[in-house]
Amino acid sequence: MTGQAHTGRPSKLLRNLSSKIASIPMMLTAVVIFLGGTVWTVIYSFTNSKLLPRAKFVGFDQYERLWSAPRWIVSIENLAIYGIFTLIFSLVVGFLLAALMDQKIRFENTFRTIFLYPFALSFIVTGLVWQWILNPEFGVQSVVRSLGWTSFTFDPLYNSDIVIYGVLIAGLWQGTGLVMCLLLAGLRGIDEDIWKAARVDGIPMWKTYLFIVIPMMRPVFITTLVIIASGIVKVYDLVVAQTSGGPGISSEVPAKYVYDYMFQAQNLGQGFAASTMMLLTVAIIIIPWAYLEFGGRKRG
Amino acid sequence: MAETVSIKPGPALAAATKAGIEPRGAKPRRTLSGRNIMLYGTLAVAALYYLLPLYVMVVTSLKGMPEIRLGNIFSPPLEVTFEPWAKAWATACTGLNCDGLSRGFWNSVRITVPSTLISILVASVNGYALANWKFKGADLFFTILIVGAFIPYQVMIYPIVIVLRELGIYGTLTGLIIVHTIFGMPILTLLFRNYFSSLPEELFKAARIDGAGFWQIYFRIMLPMSLPIFVVAMILQITGIWNDFLFGVVFTRPEYYPMTVQLNNIVNSVQGVKEYNVNMAATLLTGAVPLIVYFVSGRLFVRGIAAGAVKG
Amino acid sequence: MQKSVSIKDLSLSFGAVNVLENLNLDIGEGEFLVLLGSSGCGKSTLLNCIAGLLEPTGGQIFIKNKNVTWEEPKDRGIGMVFQSYALYPQMTVEKNLSFGLQVAKMPKAEIDKRVARAAEILQIGPLLKRKPSELSGGQRQRVAIGRALVRDVDVFLFDEPLSNLDAKLRSELRVEIKRLHQSLKNTMVYVTHDQIEALTLADRIAIMKSGVIQQLADPNTIYNAPKNMFVAGFIGSPSMNFLRGEIVEKGGKPIFVANGVDFALDGYAAGEPLQAGRKVVLGVRPEHVKVNEDGPGADHHQATVDIEEPMGADNLLWLKHAGHTMSVRVAGARRFKPGTAVKLSFDMGLASLFDAGTEERI
Repeated sequence: MTGQAHTGRPSKLLRNLSSKIASIPMMLTAVVIFLGGTVWTVIYSFTNSKLLPRAKFVGFDQYERLWSAPRWIVSIENLAIYGIFTLIFSLVVGFLLAALMDQKIRFENTFRTIFLYPFALSFIVTGLVWQWILNPEFGVQSVVRSLGWTSFTFDPLYNSDIVIYGVLIAGLWQGTGLVMCLLLAGLRGIDEDIWKAARVDGIPMWKTYLFIVIPMMRPVFITTLVIIASGIVKVYDLVVAQTSGGPGISSEVPAKYVYDYMFQAQNLGQGFAASTMMLLTVAIIIIPWAYLEFGGRKRG
Repeated sequence: MAETVSIKPGPALAAATKAGIEPRGAKPRRTLSGRNIMLYGTLAVAALYYLLPLYVMVVTSLKGMPEIRLGNIFSPPLEVTFEPWAKAWATACTGLNCDGLSRGFWNSVRITVPSTLISILVASVNGYALANWKFKGADLFFTILIVGAFIPYQVMIYPIVIVLRELGIYGTLTGLIIVHTIFGMPILTLLFRNYFSSLPEELFKAARIDGAGFWQIYFRIMLPMSLPIFVVAMILQITGIWNDFLFGVVFTRPEYYPMTVQLNNIVNSVQGVKEYNVNMAATLLTGAVPLIVYFVSGRLFVRGIAAGAVKG
Repeated sequence: MQKSVSIKDLSLSFGAVNVLENLNLDIGEGEFLVLLGSSGCGKSTLLNCIAGLLEPTGGQIFIKNKNVTWEEPKDRGIGMVFQSYALYPQMTVEKNLSFGLQVAKMPKAEIDKRVARAAEILQIGPLLKRKPSELSGGQRQRVAIGRALVRDVDVFLFDEPLSNLDAKLRSELRVEIKRLHQSLKNTMVYVTHDQIEALTLADRIAIMKSGVIQQLADPNTIYNAPKNMFVAGFIGSPSMNFLRGEIVEKGGKPIFVANGVDFALDGYAAGEPLQAGRKVVLGVRPEHVKVNEDGPGADHHQATVDIEEPMGADNLLWLKHAGHTMSVRVAGARRFKPGTAVKLSFDMGLASLFDAGTEERI
């Protein structure tokens, strides 16, 4: 970089200097925010910080309190229900739609545009529109009743037993298009000769999908799974907009718990402990995946 | 829709993503077989389900409140009124003010434009450095960055609050722009790194033989070749930042609240009578920007989210 | 000869893998040197080190007697032509040619003069305003050569410049590169895996394998007196026939015996005495075997035609002889039916003998 006629080896630090300067934001982000911030939060989850972080360590107190708080338990249950059903439905529906789209159909672009547009919308918009559709006084329930079925009841947002399913409907509406798109890309990545071979061998189409194509798409499915899963753990805005956690605490989720304790209840320690639990959840999802994706490859 | 933009994709990118976008094979025959009826029937029903909320939003926002109370949400408006739109934009009340969404809209513009530009600038230069000017240790930082993309934001927001407070920019637009740049970095850096790596390495070598340095190669060789990927990154960032709620609510003061936060405060405000038509107009207005980006950009949007979702 | 490029003890390793190890090479002023080898042999790595695109782990590189080991590529007085042409797609041909000069902040008049001269030499004048995407493969490669030409460099580096072209264009451009070298008289270092390019273009060829130069010599020597079995087998198509056997003393003279068949070694210039009992390998090129012609030893070399491959100008025969399969090239007009018995004779003056253990030429 210096341009002088030197015969010796240039200094190590100065070599590639521009590249290093250009990477400073990345280095700071990686080390200070991602690594440092995470470690800091985990450490302070063992303190009794209230309004401001204080380094007064209290062991696992915050975690004990967390796991004995009904609201946290409800949050975890909701996350589990929301997560399991989101995974199942978005993968099944997403794959079915992708398989239908892969039949060399007309208007493929139109259909894709329709299935995917909700993904462009924010969770706030999604939550609010479904809040309106599921409104028992004016929405689906009242429309069906006005058709003559007067005993019809469908009021998920006002029934604490099923409120999380109301959130689920909205979440699926927003996210399934993405899953469809990813899986469609995966389907298109399958060598067309595979299809020809299966047809020549007289294998019915559904069997080809089930026993040949889906196993071949394993990497795409795993990646899609990880994307859906890490999205599930972060679910927050949707609940805030659609139900505000209600009725009561029946649609609370962990991310909302963290926010409320950190910024409203002024109980930072609880917020840190809850967010550390979220981190743990993600780690449980990510580590096996990373192991399969990268660890196995090195061995193989 | 995709035909409205005429940006030629780079050959490498096109090849990488074409498979996922282009329909293949011969044009389907126009037959009314049972299979086709099933196929198109299912797709049509699914399409109706996806379109329904958009339809409901539109018709609700065009009705007056009396009509909403009487009719059902699916019926088209008997009497079209744009008053809810006007009110949603200019005079709807949150708990704090009665400026409508306009305040949130302009805040969102002031947040989204610089955040998008800065995050893309930082990440593209960084991705270029990682792809072409790799230095010792670069991979370690990059790995941390990518792993960090999976960490829930909730784990990192408080430390960021502290850092921003120390810098004296907590609650300001500058602070929020930095936050968006930080959290956009993993995916954008990955996107640009992969793109620049896919360009022929010999091009970079040729430029070095020609005597061009780090910045000359970036601005004069790489940048002009990479317009499609910049468009993809812009789509990704504009929709992502516009739709953000959490960072807006955590890192800004109420006077800087972005449109999503303002919208939520209007709709879920506990004061007064619920005006569903105004709410739906406000919801549509907030969704309009990303929807327009989506409909105009078409295939590039698909490519953007595919790039964002599946590492290239 | 004046030295143009000089490489001293050059080493390069990626992690634990040594790509180049203590490599020494002197290239003369105005010489056309070809680095030949199969992929992964280190030839491109060596070229990239000379260009300054790769940093060596050890050793030094001199160009025009100046130590350039740590210089930037632009300060080394080199120009480089790449396999994929590496033309800047968004720039016109003219801009492609002038980019390096602009970066060097050369006055515009001088840039124009040089671009015009290069365009004239390469006959690409009419293409100057076009973009690379509007050019054919051969035109693109001409522009790529022009980019090195305008910079008025001492040394041209070619990295497999013709590998992306089809066979016809390749032979055309090969001639042009040769003509260019004859008129410019620059030093040229040319990397290829194509032995025809190497043999036709080079003043000297350096054959590489696993980061080591196996033989450095003019094409004729490389072809007729390969230093070891690798070089012998690498050059020539189809490959040289190798017969494994040993030296036996007969009638006071050493002869070669393989599978009970004797080969007189009259006319072979061995570099060392041939001791009886030594295990050796006899190498004979397909075109150095005579079929049904009178000559020494023809009487007792019986063979049968197994397969015939007519190739127009030549006719390639695969024969069964002395327990080996042997390829023989005869004139295209001479046809043989499979199963025909033939008599062979060998011109030992053109054959090679290798030690069976070291595989080095004897």
